[in-house]
Amino acid sequence: MIVEKAILAVITTKEEQVGGGAPIFICTSQEELELFSTNLEAIMDGIAHRLSDEVYIIVKH
Amino acid sequence: MGIESYLNAILFGVVAGTLARLITLRSDYRQYPTYLHGRIIHLSLGFIAASLGALAIPALLELEFTAVTFLTLAATQFRDVRNMERNTLTELDQFELVSRGSTYIEGIAISFEGRNYLVMFTAFLTSLAYIAWGWFPSTVVGMLSIIAALSFMSGSTLRDIVEIEESAISFDGAGLYVDNIYIMNIGLEERQEEILKYGMGFILKPKNMNVIATISNLGQRQAILHDVSVTLGIYKDSGTPALTPLIKRDLDDGRLGVFILPLVHDAELAKKVIGSVPVLENAIKMPSEATFLKGGKK
Repeated sequence: MIVEKAILAVITTKEEQVGGGAPIFICTSQEELELFSTNLEAIMDGIAHRLSDEVYIIVKH
Repeated sequence: MGIESYLNAILFGVVAGTLARLITLRSDYRQYPTYLHGRIIHLSLGFIAASLGALAIPALLELEFTAVTFLTLAATQFRDVRNMERNTLTELDQFELVSRGSTYIEGIAISFEGRNYLVMFTAFLTSLAYIAWGWFPSTVVGMLSIIAALSFMSGSTLRDIVEIEESAISFDGAGLYVDNIYIMNIGLEERQEEILKYGMGFILKPKNMNVIATISNLGQRQAILHDVSVTLGIYKDSGTPALTPLIKRDLDDGRLGVFILPLVHDAELAKKVIGSVPVLENAIKMPSEATFLKGGKK
């Protein structure tokens, strides 16, 4: 099986909502969350998707 | 009949055939084949095809029936042309910002093969006409076959099968929409602003049932995106997958939502470009031709 998409990172301000295999970045404010997501998107060549206002994921397509 | 007139017949055939290839070989906005080497390859192959076609009639008249078997050689040869084109284009496709997609590539490869056969027929008919009627009718037949070859070349374009309308793009939370069609999830505000600034949306309304099946083909959709980004430019670089033009489908009625990021922001021009995208042979479906629906043979 070829996995085409993968979650490369999870960025959140709500620690209790996330867990699992991907690297998790816990931020303290909304601004930090945006900044982390922007940087990670650029570094990983992925797309930052918003699951909710508190949880962002970086996905490789 | 003397060897002289055979030579002339072959000459006429070869010239008409090569001319046909020259005329059907066009480098347009796709820039393929590129000047100059690509053209030389295809002109040479066209010349070979023309020679094979022109030789057939004299060979038959001399009762050299086995000589006709070399036509099978031609078929093998031209199938290789198709393979060659397919391999080259597939290799190059990885380095396109917006890829052509294999359906488009196959379409291009098929037409390269097909045009060689047209060249062969042109040469065949021209030499036949020369032997049967002389040089003048042969010239006329040559010209007619070239015209016929040209008419075989032109397929239909999207303009014939869909209505194209400009539509606003909008965000509902993180979801990007063209009209009411969901395109993708864009998380970052910054990206969303970029997309609202550079993005454009279009809705393609199918004109009938057959068209719904044809435009739902992923290869056809990729061809639209490729052609648009080649002609109008693209606001994207490697490593920015969030800035990817996409086409999604409205499941209810088969309309397509086209989201593009052109450098040239001109809606009328974009409509024209989308309208001129060829309908890919491999994408065409005809559900209405199903015989079991018409009450014919099952």
